[in-house]
Parts: sequence; structure tokens; C-alpha cells
Amino acid sequence: MSDANPLPRKERMKIARVPMPELEPEIRAHCFAEVNQGLQIVDAETEARRCLSCAKPGCMEKCPVGVKVKQVIELICAGDYLAAAAKMREDNALPAITGRVCPQENQCEGGCVVGRKGQSIAIGNLERFIADYERESGKLGLPAIAAPTGKSVAIVGSGPAGLSAAGDLIQKGHRVRVFEALHELGGVLVYGIPEFRLPKSIVKEEVDNLRRMGVEFETNVVVGKSVTLDELMRIEGYDAVFVATGAGLPIFLGIPGEHLNGVYSANEFLTRVNLMRAYDPESDQPVYDCRGRDVIVVGGGNTAMDAVRTSMRLGARTATLVYRRSEAEMPARAEEVKHARQEGIEFRMLTDPVELLGDEKGWLTGARCMKMELGEPDASGRRRPMPIRGSEHVLPAHVVIIGVGTHANPLIQSTTPDLKTNQRNYIVADPETMRTSKRGVFAGGDIVTGGATVILAMGAGRKAAKAVDAYLRDGVWD
Amino acid sequence: MRFPQRFVLLRSRPIGSEREVMFKIVEARDVGFRIRQFVIEAPRIARKQRPGQFIILRLRQNGERIPLTIKSSNPAAGTITIAVQAVGKTTSLLNCLEAGDSILDIVGPLGHPSEIARYGTAVILAGSVGTAMALPTAHALKDADNHVIFIEGARSKEMVVFEDEVRAASSEAYIMTDDGSYGEQGLVTKKLAELIAASRKPDFVLAVGPVPMMRAVAKITAPLGIKTMVSLNSIMVDGTGMCGGCRVLLGTESKFACVDGPEFDASKVNFEVLMQRNSMYREKECASLKEFEEHQAEEVLELRAELASKRAAEERMREEIAAEEKHYV
Repeated sequence: MSDANPLPRKERMKIARVPMPELEPEIRAHCFAEVNQGLQIVDAETEARRCLSCAKPGCMEKCPVGVKVKQVIELICAGDYLAAAAKMREDNALPAITGRVCPQENQCEGGCVVGRKGQSIAIGNLERFIADYERESGKLGLPAIAAPTGKSVAIVGSGPAGLSAAGDLIQKGHRVRVFEALHELGGVLVYGIPEFRLPKSIVKEEVDNLRRMGVEFETNVVVGKSVTLDELMRIEGYDAVFVATGAGLPIFLGIPGEHLNGVYSANEFLTRVNLMRAYDPESDQPVYDCRGRDVIVVGGGNTAMDAVRTSMRLGARTATLVYRRSEAEMPARAEEVKHARQEGIEFRMLTDPVELLGDEKGWLTGARCMKMELGEPDASGRRRPMPIRGSEHVLPAHVVIIGVGTHANPLIQSTTPDLKTNQRNYIVADPETMRTSKRGVFAGGDIVTGGATVILAMGAGRKAAKAVDAYLRDGVWD
Repeated sequence: MRFPQRFVLLRSRPIGSEREVMFKIVEARDVGFRIRQFVIEAPRIARKQRPGQFIILRLRQNGERIPLTIKSSNPAAGTITIAVQAVGKTTSLLNCLEAGDSILDIVGPLGHPSEIARYGTAVILAGSVGTAMALPTAHALKDADNHVIFIEGARSKEMVVFEDEVRAASSEAYIMTDDGSYGEQGLVTKKLAELIAASRKPDFVLAVGPVPMMRAVAKITAPLGIKTMVSLNSIMVDGTGMCGGCRVLLGTESKFACVDGPEFDASKVNFEVLMQRNSMYREKECASLKEFEEHQAEEVLELRAELASKRAAEERMREEIAAEEKHYV
């Protein structure tokens, strides 16, 4: 297999990493078209040939779902892209999505030996390439489905954790039904991540693939309100439930002025624009008209980055990211930070708003901010930001978007008294088996860990699927 | 435990055949000026609905999500009843629909139910279409042995709705119109003040209606220490606590109307902030309504065509899945 790569190792090291073709910043900053254009076949071939096929591939060790990266790349070298995609799907049900949104620099690419001296293999770009190739070829390698077991599983939430669990469980022959609170399937992939990073058509395609495999979906069901966990099991007869509802309630800063018109949570802003298509004049759902206005986004994660880049695309005069720590501590993906800079986003690091200011009619006019400096490391291991005395200043703003994280959504917990939660009201689940305190109920993703990444949620979904399958087969809980 | 037949059916269906469903309107009729009542098939919501809860609906792919109150539900028939006043584009389009049409998305029941207790004398003040939301709570309070006084207010006679049901749900009922064209002339707060002046101080008050009405009620009852709840209609998107757009200010505390409400202690509510936040999209709402009114007939036809094509697409997907299954299972 490894001789699929015709180049001697020394030659492989000489090839430079193939850059991802991107839409020009001047164009993309004003539209919602996808920024990354994807590798061409010849590019993918060149990039794959850079791989050294290490004996101990660090890339696989660092992948949260354990994708067999080495074998996938060897198949690309051999020119068998469909086989590469099928190999990928053995461990990752949503490669077209993770190829676009994973923080590869901290995962597979972070473990790449080539990256120690030069630039790592562009594993994320290759992953996306084979997933797109497979989709466009129309020859999808749907995995085989085991004979029906007669058992059924309800999955609560159609985000990355729910979808990957659904994909695994349907293959095991169980009946799987996914419940979604919103009107569209995909969870954060459709309401949160913007079109320019992850086109909705790709999410829809992955959901349709699960449908073809036999997964049932029901939208407009808020589990905890429309139906409780107990009712799902007792009345509707599900043998097990996997709760993957995501993080939920947006955190506000708790500073004066947050009720002014023009102040949004990042969740609301992104939901209006992504899920409700507020950027489209044909859409009925309004969003604040950013054209010619000053927009400030507070936070340093991917959500904040998505919000600030979205506001730029909606025509903001200035789009500024305000973060209380320094750029080194920002949790956002490196590529998003790079793209945001190219698009003209202004970064104001070590800055924290202390008050939002408005006019007499309640419309936002600006944010009073403090400059910060970094002190001793805090509980997160990052240096704690401390306000600098006398550094107050006002930044003009018509829109302020708060993207500093979320609290646990309480809807399921409040109607399921025997479901154990921690002090922060997240569901307590065993990190290996994903079992909760309630028989037959498993939980994973952000509702257990708090806000994390798409791939970690997918990893949780896969672990849960394994544990649910074992439970459905032997019926042993205690 | 009842075992509704549809759940038995649901379990026996073959894998892959269950799809997202639309919500069929089984009955539609005008009940007042620009106010229309719909009976809609929504079995899950019908089974769970409690007084005070609401739904969020969406009519078309490009449609907005709007919260609406539930007037009643029939779990056996699997239907809910809503009353809609045409005030904006979405409600105007909705009110053009007839029995046999479908609603693309309905989710619920959302929010906490009303707190029902034996208070003694309970006064319910409702403005026009707000009556629909207050009715189930009035019924529940009456069933809990309260003396229920229902005061319905409307601008004029054509906007007085559900009078018979108001009388049936209460021990004592008053209809007030701004112009005196029906019942007594004056605002609902006038009647409330009269009752209090006549030494009939209520033990509990619920107000559902326009923000200025609820604020005026709170101004009367708060100084007297009367427990008063108001059902708040802030702007919502998802209705599950995810966006925080519906946040309201209670003193210095921020609460989400969708998951913490919609009913809140009136003495704590900052009504000015609520009014200010509800005005956020007013310009766009007006422009959108004006455009709709100019193209009303086409918009309704377009909506019906869109729903029909969605149904056809779902049918195609179903067929494709059926073909696929033969191959894999």
C-alpha cells in the first residue's frame, strides 16, 4: 500500500504545503459564498505525496474520533478517492463537515511529524477534498446496515453529536429517531456556523445520507416540553435515549446597557442570519441593518469570530473584535483568525467592555471599555486578565454582539428529576460510557462538557453509540 | 396511563418511513375584526399544553418564527386552537389561510404554565386577542375554587371576542370598550379600580394584553401588594432559551421570557425596557406589512405552491429511501 506514493521520502519533504484556494478577501467580505474553494485533484495528489507514512502516525493519535489518516492518505496517493472517502467514513460520519470546521492545527495536523520542522500535511484540506469528491461523484459509499435488532433509540438533538450517534446506531440495526427542537436539522451546523464556512447544502446532504441509511427525523420537538424523556421511553417505547442537546443559554456580560436595542447574543445574531437567512432580502426575519454601522463583537472563540465576520458581510462600516485576553489565548481556529484579518476585521485585544451606552430612545451608541493586562494564570491555565486603572475609553457602536459562551439549557433536566446534573446544571455522564444517572439514558456533547467543538461532540456521539449498542444487546445497566 | 393509538401506529411503521410533518388546519373562522381562530392538528402539543403556554410557528421557508398563544387544546382529537390578530406580515398571511391548508412548522408547548392556586378572588384582565391566552388560565383558576372576575377590554365592539367563553370561564365577567360601543365604556383598569374602590380587593391578578395595559395594571396593584402576574410578549426567535433575544428586565435581573416566563411578577417588570425592545424592528415590520398588503393574493398563492412542492419533495425522498432500503437491508 505504502508504495502508492512514488516519491522517495527525501523528495516528499521538499514539496511545499499546497495552499487552500480562497475567495479574494475583497470579494468574500461582502457576500456569504464559501471562503475556502477546495483543492483540485492535482493539488490533492501533490499534498498527499508529502505524507511520510510514519510508522507511528501522530495524526491518528490526536484525532478525537481516531480517523485512520495514514491509510486515507495512502488511498489518495493511489488515486482511489472513493475508497479514501469510505475509509474515512469508517470513523467519521461527517467528513465534509469536519474537513471544514475542525481545529486541525490542534488535532491531526498538530500531531503530524512533517509539521515539526516545516508545515504539517494539510489533512483537513485532504479530508474535505475526498468528501467533496465523493459527494460530487454521486457514488456515495453508504455503509452496510445490520439486520434489524428490534430495539429503538431516541436521539435528542440533531447537531454533530446526535448525527454521528445516529449514523453509528442505524448501522447496528437499531431503529433510530432524531428529535430536533428547531425547524431545520443540523443544530449548531445550521444555526451557528455561517454559510461562508460551512454551506448549508453540505449539512443537508449529510442529513439526507443518514435518511437513506434509515434514520428517522422529527423536527419541532422540544424534548422536555413537547415530550419528556420518561414519555419517550414509557409511552413511545424507546429502549434507550441519547441526549445531545448542545450548550444552550447564552451568557451575557452582566454589565449596564445590555438591554439596549442593538445588543445581541452571538447565538441570536447568528441564528437570525444563518438559520433564518436574515441576510437574504426575501427573508421575513429581520436583523439589525449593519450597513454603514459600527459593530463590536465581544469574545475570542469561533462563535465570536463567526459573528464578527458575518457582520462585515452584512455591510458593517467597522467590524471589531474585542477580547479581554491577548491573541495567544484566543480559542478560535488559526484559519478563522487569519481569514478575519484578511477581511478587514479589527482586533482589539486586552480590552473589556464595562458598560454599554445608549441614546434616550434606548438605541446603542457605544461601549465603554477598559484596557487589560495579563496577571497570574487562572483556573483555565491561561493568564488572568486584570483591568488597568484609568484606561477607560469609549468605542462607538451601533451593534454589540456578545459571544462569550453559554450556560446549560435546563429544559430536559427540569422535567427529568432523576437525571443527575452538576453544579453548573450540565448533565453528569460517564466520560467513557456516556451513561447518565438514569437507566437507558445516555448524554454527550456540549450538554455534558459545556461549549466545545464539532469534532469533540462527534467523538462523544460515537462513544455513546457504542455504549448504547452494548446496552441494547445485553440489557445490563448496573 | 393512556396509550394513544398514534403511538402504537408510530412504532409499527417500517424504518425510514417517518418524516417531518406539516400541521394541518382543520378549522378556520373569523371571530372578530382582523382576528381569526384556527383549529390545527398538532398532537404532541395538544397532549402537553397547560394554561399560559405558547407556541412558535413559521409559515414558509423564508418566514419568520413568531410566538402565539394557545387558546385551548383537545388531546383526544390531537388539535390545538389558536386565535390570531393580524398585526404584521406573518399574522396577516396566516389569517388568509383556510381549513385544509397547512402550517409549515409549529413547536410547543413553550414556557412555564400559569401558576394555579386557590387564591380567593382572582381578577383576569385581557385585551382583545389576549383573551385567548387568558381563557385556559381562567378556567383552571375557576376549577381551583377561585372567584374569577374576568375583565375583557377592546377598542370597540368588533374586537370583542369569545364573550360566551369568557362568561363560562369566570364567575363574574365585564366587557369594556374604549369607545363604549359595547359593554361598558372605558379601559379594563377602570373596572379594576372600581372593584378595589368597592372594597373588593382581589387576591390575585393576571393581565394579558398590550404592554401599556399591563403596565397600568401593575401601577394599580403593586402599591396595594396584590400578587399580579403579566404574560410578556417580547420578541423571540427559537423559544428554547438558545438566543436570549426575548430577555426582559426584572429589577436588575435579566430573564428570558421563553424559558423563565412568559408570566412574571408585574411589580418587578421593567415595562419601559420591554416597550423599547419590542420596537427594535418596527420600521421593517411596517414596510414588510405594507408590501404584503399590496401583493396579498399572490403571497397566499405562493405559500400554497411552496407547501405543495415541499410535500412533493418529501414524497420523492421517501420513494428514494424505500428503493435504497431494498438494496441494503
